[in-house]
Amino acid sequence: MELNAKIPDGPLEKKWSNHKFNTKLVSPANKRKYKVLVVGSGLAGASAAATLSELGYQVSCFCFQDSPRRAHSIAAQGGINAAKNYQGDGDSVFRLFYDTIKGGDFRSREANVYRLSETSVNIIDQAVAQGVPFARDYGGLLANRSFGGAQVSRTFYARGQTGQQLLLGAYSALAKQVGQKAVKMFTHTEMLDLILLDGHAKGIITRNLITGTIDCHYADSVILATGGYGNTFFLSTNAVGSNVTASFRAYKKGAGFANPCYTQIHPTCIPVSGHFQSKLTLMSESLRNDGRVWVPAQKKDKRSPQNIPNTDRDYYLERKYPSFGNLAPRDIASRSAKEACDKGLGVGETGLGVYLDFADAIKRLGQKTIKERYGNLFDMYQRITDENPYEVPMRIYPAVHYTMGGLWVDYNLESTVPGLFVLGEANFSDHGANRLGASALMQGLADGYFVIPYTLGGYLAGQKPLEKSKALEQEAKGAQENVEEKISKFLNIKGKKSPLAFHKELGTIMWEYCGMARTKEGLKEALKKIPELRDEFWENLNVTGDAGSLNQQLEKAGRVADFLEFSELMCRDALEREESCGGHFREEYQTEDGEAKRNDEDFAHVAVWEHKEGKSPLRHKEELKFENVSLTTRSYK
Amino acid sequence: MKLTLHVWRQETKNDPGEFKTYELDHVSPDMSFLEMLDLLNEEIVSRGEVAVAFEHDCREGICGACSLVINGVPHGPEKATTTCQLHMRSFKDGEHVYIEPWRAKAFPVIKDLVVNRKGLDKIIEAGGFISVNTGPVPDANNQLISKEDADKAMDAAACIGCGACVAACKNGSALLFLSAKAVHLAHLPQGQIEKKKRAKAMVEAMDEAGFGHCTNTLECEAVCPKEISADSIAQLNLEFLKASLG
Repeated sequence: MELNAKIPDGPLEKKWSNHKFNTKLVSPANKRKYKVLVVGSGLAGASAAATLSELGYQVSCFCFQDSPRRAHSIAAQGGINAAKNYQGDGDSVFRLFYDTIKGGDFRSREANVYRLSETSVNIIDQAVAQGVPFARDYGGLLANRSFGGAQVSRTFYARGQTGQQLLLGAYSALAKQVGQKAVKMFTHTEMLDLILLDGHAKGIITRNLITGTIDCHYADSVILATGGYGNTFFLSTNAVGSNVTASFRAYKKGAGFANPCYTQIHPTCIPVSGHFQSKLTLMSESLRNDGRVWVPAQKKDKRSPQNIPNTDRDYYLERKYPSFGNLAPRDIASRSAKEACDKGLGVGETGLGVYLDFADAIKRLGQKTIKERYGNLFDMYQRITDENPYEVPMRIYPAVHYTMGGLWVDYNLESTVPGLFVLGEANFSDHGANRLGASALMQGLADGYFVIPYTLGGYLAGQKPLEKSKALEQEAKGAQENVEEKISKFLNIKGKKSPLAFHKELGTIMWEYCGMARTKEGLKEALKKIPELRDEFWENLNVTGDAGSLNQQLEKAGRVADFLEFSELMCRDALEREESCGGHFREEYQTEDGEAKRNDEDFAHVAVWEHKEGKSPLRHKEELKFENVSLTTRSYK
Repeated sequence: MKLTLHVWRQETKNDPGEFKTYELDHVSPDMSFLEMLDLLNEEIVSRGEVAVAFEHDCREGICGACSLVINGVPHGPEKATTTCQLHMRSFKDGEHVYIEPWRAKAFPVIKDLVVNRKGLDKIIEAGGFISVNTGPVPDANNQLISKEDADKAMDAAACIGCGACVAACKNGSALLFLSAKAVHLAHLPQGQIEKKKRAKAMVEAMDEAGFGHCTNTLECEAVCPKEISADSIAQLNLEFLKASLG
């Protein structure tokens, strides 16, 4: 597997503009001869589909939900970063770049991150032009808030629904194109395989979830914007339908998978309350602007939180990280919460929780201001827990939230399969080993609005518009038969256990052995247990209903089957990475005071996995070069 | 808790459909309504029967995928709460719970509790946007927008497109959904230029998709999980009137 990142020459700040100039163009008259498939309709997918169609390409867009507006980008709460420096507090493109590289624990590519930071400012302009109702100050200018891992205020927001508003902005751009019949939208449609011709991505196989029909779609290029794989853990903040299938099918067809072990565990989620739980709910990081995190200083302190005096509380983030305090980055805040609970200081019935307390902020600012800032989040908390966070502190605990790993892409966002591009959370490129808050929306939209419209042309300019051929149809037929065979297998096992039951079991293994803290022994144990569970799946799965109509059990079976294979790749990657960095914490590699200990000498690289049918996957390396920042120990003290 | 569930089962669009009764034990008050349905489905499939189909995705009240008419009310008994955020503590032990799909002419049933809501997308495709392509646009701070206008726009923009308003309306009208989008954009300077055209195009698309007319019974406002105000309908009507007068 050849890994050429194709990073342009020249100084960092000139790379993207030089590259845009040097990339071949497709003339307006020729664009309509090329067809592009965009899989996924979240921020990255919707923005790419809309923009490419505006440019004149023929675009088809696919989503498994009943409408493109429902993709899980919609659930992002807190905000989107941009280096506008509207607050005049010392922000700049370089500072956002530096914060992101450092926040990612020096495991991302300089050139990509710099481009992200550069384009961030255009995203805000574009969103405002579309009518995204960002928060404003009384003078009418855009307002900002602070987020973890930054000492400037650069996060734009629309109450606690920033993801919703940005997605609806991208969706409206997409709807505009669909209305003009310039984009063909396929809802309730799931991608189940990739079609290759001479090694290039030239189409996909889909299943219509309503009729069960399996179809082949041909195109000159395929774009995956199918999100992350957090649901490998079963319980996560992802939507219940989010899955790894499209990415994993692409991996099996030759696309390298980068850093699958990099998982972000978000520090502020509502704790698990019972075995019936189907998902975890995030409480936005923005709450840490005003909320203070603490646990009782003594074990088994059974007093209600209001009755514990300050002297008997441990505000552990403020104590350990005085310069960032409650706004320490996510990985650090999560590990600290785990550490406190492991020591037996956790709160709530399960002992797996810490307090996020607004009493001081309410005293300082008044309940009205707090309500204005976070009202919808407080309401949501109360609906789920039946506790009033204006009166008692919230109880929070870390949960799987985002995956930094993904399909490997070069600077053009092209995977190791020519013609297959990967955007947003589905790729690996910008967040290193840990993503900073409010950067996911930024990356999804940067990829879709401002990167792929340029880089796709570079690929298509070298391709003749696709013509249907025997060879292509042969390839598609093979892929289609595989898909159909697998579906009938699911239905014919007729065992005893539901897809949901298998998914829950897998989640337990992953959280136990590949969660917030990992060890060599634990990962080896997981690598033993996962194949056992997978064997049981193929012998004892129970899927009722048929393949010719809406069958959600069947859909779930397909997704769980892929999680059962993919989880193994995550554990392998975690085992091989013998260092701690960002969200990947190996207990063997830590400093005396329990902080992550990187090993730059041996692991300053991207690990890229190549699928080998019937054999163990191969691990390749893309060495990371740092020319503009020096690798330091990441400190938020 | 133990519940008696009466669930609407319908195999296909043209099947007449019927209520089926299920007894469900071991329901925890901390479960969400959809987690209760997960539990029901686990029991159903363990008996070799076909699971109840229902739409859901984010399960945190924002994607708008979940629906369900629960005991006659879209999204159930709690105010400003989607079905996925409704918890079983809102029900009593031993209670009978009736679960139906959205009922509206423009929302044909696909299966069981799943309906086709494409009509809502059609309305947005007709004009629920500002006609701006991706590319160089003015700096975001070039145009001042008062906090009040931005807040009002945001109130309307909070719509999640679930369709509860349509399900609650005796006429099956989508006017609250439509007006929320029109009012969101009309409160912003960017949305002014196409204001009239937008109102007209969206209303026409609504009619074409088979939604009914509004007769101001305001059931829509009462069930809206995001508390979109029906005042937006009045504002929309004004824009529509202006557009019709040219």
